[in-house]
Amino acid sequence: MILSSIKTFGHYCMFLTQVFRIPDKWSVTLRNTVFEISKLGVDSIPLVIIISIFIGAVICIQMTLNIVSPLVPSYSTGLATREILLLEFSSSILSLILAGKVGSNIASEIGTMRVTEQIDALDIMGINSANYIVLPKIVGFVLFVPVLCILSMFMGLFGGWLVAEFTTMISVENYIYGIQTMFSEWYVWYGIIKTYFFAFIITSVAAYYGYYVKGGSLEVGKASTNAVVSSSILILAADVILTKLLLQ
Amino acid sequence: MIEAKNVSKWFDGTRVLHDISATFETGKTNLIIGQSGSGKTVFMKCLIGLLTPEEGEIFYDGRPFKQMTDAQRRQLRTEIGMLFQGSALFDNLTVLGNVMFPLMMFSKMSKAEQKERAQFCINRVGLENADNKYPSEISGGMQKRVAIARAISLNPKYLFCDEPNSGLDPKTSILIDQLLSDITHEYKMTTVINTHDMNSVLGIGENIIFINKGHCDWIGNDHNIFRSRSKALNDFVFASKLFQEVKIFLERKYGAGEGGGEGRKP
Ligand SMILES: Nc1ncnc2c1ncn2[C@@H]1O[C@H](COP(=O)(O)OP(=O)(O)OP(=O)(O)O)[C@@H](O)[C@H]1O
Ligand SMILES: [Mg+2]
Repeated sequence: MILSSIKTFGHYCMFLTQVFRIPDKWSVTLRNTVFEISKLGVDSIPLVIIISIFIGAVICIQMTLNIVSPLVPSYSTGLATREILLLEFSSSILSLILAGKVGSNIASEIGTMRVTEQIDALDIMGINSANYIVLPKIVGFVLFVPVLCILSMFMGLFGGWLVAEFTTMISVENYIYGIQTMFSEWYVWYGIIKTYFFAFIITSVAAYYGYYVKGGSLEVGKASTNAVVSSSILILAADVILTKLLLQ
Repeated sequence: MIEAKNVSKWFDGTRVLHDISATFETGKTNLIIGQSGSGKTVFMKCLIGLLTPEEGEIFYDGRPFKQMTDAQRRQLRTEIGMLFQGSALFDNLTVLGNVMFPLMMFSKMSKAEQKERAQFCINRVGLENADNKYPSEISGGMQKRVAIARAISLNPKYLFCDEPNSGLDPKTSILIDQLLSDITHEYKMTTVINTHDMNSVLGIGENIIFINKGHCDWIGNDHNIFRSRSKALNDFVFASKLFQEVKIFLERKYGAGEGGGEGRKP
C-alpha cells in the first residue's frame, strides 16, 4: 500500500516533467489555454455563485442561531460568517467542489482520448502529447481560479446579507458592521494562495489519471472517480500544511 | 526501407508476437495480412514504437529505433503518417481542422496554404461537403477517409495504415487502395498496410507478409499467393465463397498442389 503510493507518486512526478516542457508551438498552446480558461474556469462561475450564496446564507443563519449569549456582541455574526468564508469555504471547500466538476471533466476527457487512440495519434506525429493536452488545462485553470475564489467570497457575503435583509434575525447595519470589523487583508491572500495550490492539484492529478487509462470506457469511469477521490484527499492534506505555514 | 528483426512481444506473460522478421520496401505497398486477432495491429505498433517489443530491433533506413534519443524519435515521427484502426480523429476539431492539424504543428506554411493543402488531401480521398463537420457527425467510412487525409497531409516518408478499408463499401475500398498505391509510387514512400481484405491483397499486394497466430508464416506477393503451400495461408485466402471457386478453377487449370511461384518461407 505505502510502496504502491510512493510508486504512483514517482510516476506522477515523471508525468509532470513531461507536461512542463517547452511547447512545440507556442501559438497553439496559447490558443488552447484561452480555450481551457473558458471551459474549465468561466463555465464554473454559475456553480460557484449558486453554492456560495447558499452557503453564505446558511452560515449566517447558523451563526445567529448559535450565538445567543448576551456577552457576545451581535455584530459577531457577520464577523464569523466572513472569517469562515475567507479562511476555509472560498478556498478549500470550493476547491473540493471544483475537484468534482473540473477534475472529473479533465480525467474523463483525457481518458477518452487515450482509449480512442487520439493520444497515440499525437505521439505518432511527434508531438509531446502530455505537454500539448495537459499544460493548457493546468495553466488555464490555475490562472483563472483566483477569480473564482474572490467571486465566491463576495457571493458568500452577499448570501449572508440576503439573510439580514429579508429576515428579522439580524439587522443589515449590524451585519455590515460585522463583516467590516477587524478585517485582515492577509486572510484574502491566504485564501488565494491556497486555491492556487489546490487548482494545481485538481488539474494535474485528474490529468494524470486520465492520461494513463488502459482499456475502455469502464476504465475511463474508474479513472475519473479515482481522480476526484485522490485530489480531494490531497487538497485536505495540503490544506493542513498550508494553514500551518501561512497562518502561524 | 523498414526492417524488423526477430521481433517478439508479450502481454502479461502471453506471447503475442513470435520472432517476426520482415522487410518493408521503399516505393512499394507492403501488406501485413492475417486473421483477426493474429497480431497485425500489435506488430504495426511495435514498428512505429507505440509498443516496445521485448525482443528484436526495428531499423528505419538503417537507423535502429531502440538506440534513438527522444529528440531523434520525435524527428523521425514527423516523417511518419499513421492511420489507426479506429481512425483516432480529434473530437474537438472539424474535418478540415483534423487534416490541417499536422500542417499547423509542423509546417511553415501560411494559414491559406495549409487550408489549400488540407483541401487537396480531402479531395484526394473523395470527401465532399464535410469540411466543417465534427468527427461524431460523419459516418465511420468518412472518418476513415479523413484519417487517411490527415496521415498523408505532411507527405510522410513512411506511411502506416491499420485496416484502411474496413467499414468501407467495395467501390470506395478500391478507391482508397488505389490512392494509397498511387501516392506510394508517386512520392517513393514506404507504405505498410494491415488488411484482411482479399481485394486489397490482389490489388496492391506488392510485398505481402502473412501473420498467423503471431508467427510470420509466409512472405510473397500477389502473384504467388494462390500457389503457396502454407495451409494456414490457404485457409485464409480461400475462406470466401468466391475464392473457393477461384481455387477450383486454378486446380483445373494447373492441377492440384502444383505451385510454380512458391512464396518464400521466412
Ligand atoms: N494491450 C493489450 N493487452 C493485452 N493483450 C493484447 C493487447 N493488445 C492486443 N492484445 C492481444 O494480442 C492479440 C493480437 O491483437 P491484434 O490487435 O494485433 O489483432 P489484429 O491482428 O490486429 O486483429 P484485427 O484484424 O481484428 O484488428 C490478441 O489476441 C489480443 O488479445
Ligand atoms: Mg487490428
